[in-house]
Amino acid sequence: MLIVRRKRMNIPIEYYIWLSAILFGIGVLGVLYRRNAIIIFACIELMLNAVNLLMVAFSSYLNDANGQVFVFFIMAVAAAEVAVGLAILVMMYRNTKSVDIDILNRLKG
Amino acid sequence: MSYSLMICLIPILPLLGFAFIALSGKRLVRGFATLIGCGTVFVSFVFSVVLFVKLLNRAQPFQVTMFNWISAGNFSSSISFLIDPLSSLMLLIITGVGFLIHVYSVGYMHDDAGYNRFFSYLNLFVFFMLLLVMGSNYLLMFVGWEGVGLCSYLLIGFWFKNQDYNNAANKAFIMNRIGDLGLIIGVILIFVHFGSINYSAVFPKAASISTSVLTLITILLFVGAMGKSAQIPLYTWLPDAMAGPTPVSALIHAATMVTAGVYMVARNNILYSLSPMALELVLVIGLITALFAATIALAQNDIKKVLAYSTVSQLGLMFVALGVGAYASGIFHMATHAFFKALLFLGAGSVIHALQGEQDIRKMGGLRKYISITYITFLIGVLAISGIPPFAGFFSKDEILANAFAQSPTAWALAVITSLLTAFYMFRLLFLTFFGKTRASDEVIHHIHESPGTMTMPLIVLAILSAVGGFMGIPELFGGNNWIGEFLAPVFSQSIELKTEHHLSNTTEYILMGTIVVFTLIMIALAFARYVTKAHVPAAEGSELSAAHKTIYNKYYVDEIYDTIVIKPLFWFSKLLDIVIEKSGIDKVVNLLGESVNDWSRIFRRVQNGHLGYYIFVMVVGVILVIAFSYTR
Repeated sequence: MLIVRRKRMNIPIEYYIWLSAILFGIGVLGVLYRRNAIIIFACIELMLNAVNLLMVAFSSYLNDANGQVFVFFIMAVAAAEVAVGLAILVMMYRNTKSVDIDILNRLKG
Repeated sequence: MSYSLMICLIPILPLLGFAFIALSGKRLVRGFATLIGCGTVFVSFVFSVVLFVKLLNRAQPFQVTMFNWISAGNFSSSISFLIDPLSSLMLLIITGVGFLIHVYSVGYMHDDAGYNRFFSYLNLFVFFMLLLVMGSNYLLMFVGWEGVGLCSYLLIGFWFKNQDYNNAANKAFIMNRIGDLGLIIGVILIFVHFGSINYSAVFPKAASISTSVLTLITILLFVGAMGKSAQIPLYTWLPDAMAGPTPVSALIHAATMVTAGVYMVARNNILYSLSPMALELVLVIGLITALFAATIALAQNDIKKVLAYSTVSQLGLMFVALGVGAYASGIFHMATHAFFKALLFLGAGSVIHALQGEQDIRKMGGLRKYISITYITFLIGVLAISGIPPFAGFFSKDEILANAFAQSPTAWALAVITSLLTAFYMFRLLFLTFFGKTRASDEVIHHIHESPGTMTMPLIVLAILSAVGGFMGIPELFGGNNWIGEFLAPVFSQSIELKTEHHLSNTTEYILMGTIVVFTLIMIALAFARYVTKAHVPAAEGSELSAAHKTIYNKYYVDEIYDTIVIKPLFWFSKLLDIVIEKSGIDKVVNLLGESVNDWSRIFRRVQNGHLGYYIFVMVVGVILVIAFSYTR
């Protein structure tokens, strides 16, 4: 038991947190600064997965399986979201011949 | 059927009739609307008769509680009905006369586009009127009181395309509102001082309340009666209310609604008996109104206006009876008045119907030979109201006069003058309408026809009632036992104990009665000489009149006086408020607010530029701020 634990402690939890934070940050910046809808989409996935990673890490750290169960749910939802999102992208491309989201500025108040 | 169910059904049936007709609107076939409109009231009438018969040999009144309506703190009010001799008699009048008038309306409103609407209003009115007289607490009475006011408003303005009629409806409603304010304050005071609004709790406690409080309460209640029963100073709406269809004038503005004030005072008889000052006020107001309205009626030329002023005058007479503490006489007169005044109004309606809407008696005359049924019934009505024995009005009026004489000869003298004037103007009306040469245009004469059976039948029934209605109160003088007085005695028992009995000797009564009848006959002879023998016709519009005649013709300029001292200053005041407070105060502030919102939003709308990326950026910044904020706390 002790041996197993020492092996697991090889990578401290902080590393995971930092990695997730960086991945998440990259995702946010990507969403904010890129104009290509596909890239934005990928960035959203990146954020989701950053969270997933963090959850798995904490789950392992706390010896609690709930976190991993949640990850499965998130992946399922993400898959559904990808299906819908890509459908929207296809429609957008068909209508505007472009995937540049700056064209979509008709939400003006 | 159990009695309590029957009692509940009496008001509910007309309500259901109203709901059914009103909700079906024009889709409902007329025949069906007629059936429901008249049928519901007729069934209520049958139930009323059954209850009445049952009540004759039963000492205790019926009391039925349907459910608890309002309950808050120590205040509680339930929907409960009280059927005692007084309300039972009212029920008979309302449903009986109401049914006849419903039947009459079938003929009278036959060609009207608003036929179904008319019947729905009538049924609603009957419902509220029943609620008013059946309610066993002040709040229920108040609901009925307001409801009949509403129906009165709706029916006066029934032909709403005519602005004058709408104005008349508004006038009636507003005038009544003034009175209602007094009534509701009175009811609130009753609750404050008695701790309950149930009749059964209030009346036994009346003697333990101080006289000054009672006086205040009763005067406030009487203010309500002034409005509803058209007494000075709130009477001016009633003559204008003649704008409504004639059956409405008969039902609401002669037989039932306007007597609500009389009913209310009689119902609270013990409170009035305990506050002599209020009773004195009732007497004085009644006397002044009776005389005042009778003089106005002398010079009116509109057949319905004459009857309207006559109603005001007769109501005044009823209040005289109440004012001298002769409550049963007041109610007696109310009952006979319901018969003969409804008859007179319906007769007038029949005349108007025959003459294609003509209401000016200067353009009538000689109708006797064209519409004989109307003539005979109208004649009976006139004889009844003039107090010719043995018609209904004679007994009830005589009882009031005798009671007034016992109390104060001055009051008696004024009431007698009123009564004589009544005989004069009613016969003036009769002679100008039915005697002499026909003054209508040839075309109108050509079209004169007797009204259909639905209209003449009610006339005949009411004529019979007007002829024999007085026999329910034959005084002891003639070997009768004054049945109605006996019947109503339980309601007024507390007051009767308080009252010191003035008993007139038989001789005095005979002399009084004889004198009045003789003078009445003289008045009739005078009217005959003036309007039949000399064939005098009231002067045409715009011709020179003597000063006194002109004053009376213009109703003592009361409307003008009210206009000058109340309405105009009110308009000026509201104009002032409009300029000072509304326009330069409230409006400025509101506009400033509105403009500032406009300005600010012009600035902030730039935030919404439509770029998705920008929105997401703002969102992220927001999330970061929220997180940062929650950490710094």
